[in-house]
Amino acid sequence: MGEMDLMKRYRLRASYGLFFFLVILAPFLLTDFRAGLLAKFLCFAIIAVGISLIWGFTGILSLGHGVFFGLGAYCMAMYLKLEASPQGVPDFMEWNGIQELPFIWTLFQSPVFAIAAAVFVPFLLALIIGYFTFKNRIKGVFFSLISQAVVVVMVTLFIGMQHITGGTSGLTNFSTVFHAPLADPVTKQLLYFVTVSLLALVMGISLFLTKSRFGRLLIAIRDGENRLRFLGYNPAAFKVFVYALSASFAGIAGALFVLQVGMITPEMMGIIPSIEMVLWAAIGGRYSILGAAIGAIVTNSAKSFLSETYPEFWTFILGGLFLVVVLYLPNGLAGLTNSVKARFFKKEKQEVQKHATDTVVS
Amino acid sequence: MQPILSCRDVMVDFSGFKALQGVDLHVGQNEILFLIGPNGAGKTTLLDVICGKTRSTDGEVLFDGSTSLTKLPEQKIVHEGVARKFQAPSVFLHLTPFENLEIAMKQDKGLFSILFAKMSKEQQGKIERVLDTIGLHEVSHEPASLLSHGQKQWLEIGMQLIQEPKLLLLDEPIAGMSGEERTRTGELIKEISKTCSVLIVEHDMDFVRNFSTKVVVMHEGKVLCEGSMEEIQNNEEVKNVYLGRG
Repeated sequence: MGEMDLMKRYRLRASYGLFFFLVILAPFLLTDFRAGLLAKFLCFAIIAVGISLIWGFTGILSLGHGVFFGLGAYCMAMYLKLEASPQGVPDFMEWNGIQELPFIWTLFQSPVFAIAAAVFVPFLLALIIGYFTFKNRIKGVFFSLISQAVVVVMVTLFIGMQHITGGTSGLTNFSTVFHAPLADPVTKQLLYFVTVSLLALVMGISLFLTKSRFGRLLIAIRDGENRLRFLGYNPAAFKVFVYALSASFAGIAGALFVLQVGMITPEMMGIIPSIEMVLWAAIGGRYSILGAAIGAIVTNSAKSFLSETYPEFWTFILGGLFLVVVLYLPNGLAGLTNSVKARFFKKEKQEVQKHATDTVVS
Repeated sequence: MQPILSCRDVMVDFSGFKALQGVDLHVGQNEILFLIGPNGAGKTTLLDVICGKTRSTDGEVLFDGSTSLTKLPEQKIVHEGVARKFQAPSVFLHLTPFENLEIAMKQDKGLFSILFAKMSKEQQGKIERVLDTIGLHEVSHEPASLLSHGQKQWLEIGMQLIQEPKLLLLDEPIAGMSGEERTRTGELIKEISKTCSVLIVEHDMDFVRNFSTKVVVMHEGKVLCEGSMEEIQNNEEVKNVYLGRG
């Protein structure tokens, strides 16, 4: 433990400090439109942190985090929709001929319930999926496929139950949150800082977990889950917990997203967004909490920037980016900074290389 | 004194292939028992049955006189006090030797205990002592992927040691080691046997001769004979199936 570790710790603190300094400063420097976009990207950063926990640290590739994001978003959206429906029943239900609010919706009249549900519904769903898959030792590609199937099921379900969920057009046309108009610049700024605080909280929890004995256990699961059993552990319990935790992060992000963007549709929780979430973490660096968060912000900034100028090229660029990351930068942007540093500190070079042999589904 | 481990009539049937055909084996307290035999005799399969990796189709494995191991999940068998070292060194490559030992260490291994685990002075001392025993103190904070093959093997033995097992199962612990490393490993095993029983699968006859207290010969899924190395070497049947060939 010596100087090396101490330096590492200072560098870590410095990079987190710089990140949050820039993020807090940003809304005062950007136009309202750009600040609004950044707020959205910060929600995505929360998801990427959860993906880094489960994929980078534990080695489980989930291609279904869109579902958890969507569930969190719908929970919040139901509350907002009720606040925007003075007559008691949301507009799309009236069009469907429903006069009385369905029971499930009445629960969401309480903001406390809605916010709690945005966190715990994804948590519980992941707990159930995780319990049945991990306990039966389904892993690797097979788990990834199951997580994709869950997305298809959920999206179909949400589209099919149009009278409750609003169908393909989802939930939108909100007006206020806690009686503060959503379009108001002050509300927007407040929401921005709420998002920043929650991102900080989620990162704090993740850092605490990964820097502790629990974090080393996650890496051990990634390296050799079966070996761990013969050391007296039940890896399934740990995997279920991390999966559920990262699902609840996505739920939090969903709730914040709805508040800032003002809509949620089944398409936004579909397969393509789910895969994009994994790409953010891959591009930023799945072995680094901060890297994954920055990956989400950078990728989405590039996306909105490029789709403004060359809308038809974005998907090609995203695909190309992914190929470059998989082939040349297995540790993402965070790994790139490490390899640059490695030129100066020889010791860290080994660390850069040691992940290079991992496959995408390790 | 009652044996720490008794296998009675253990059978394993891999859908038609009978890997074990009624094995009877007893391991005494603080004994170093070597399991030898030609390839395919079922030595590793027997270790797999004891630690729960493979399930026996018939027979009984009793641990410490009373606990049946045949139905317990792998991690519960470990909690009973059985530690297993696999043939290929399987340490956690992205963790340091110190961290490998931290995870292997005897402790409450439930989710919530690990979530809030803090390194105590006592635990730190324990890890340091094992690092001394296995001679990895100098590299204790390097990633395990950088260790030599022999060092990985020792680290893994250390990971078994720090679990404070009652029975240690070793599968070819000296495979791929140089002469000097072999002797050191032998000394290490002798040291370990002061506190627990050791069951070793090994092919190297010199190693068996130097460090065994008892040898069991397996052949075609059965125990052929047992005794001291000298008795085994003079046994005609053994010569036929094993030593004569090799």
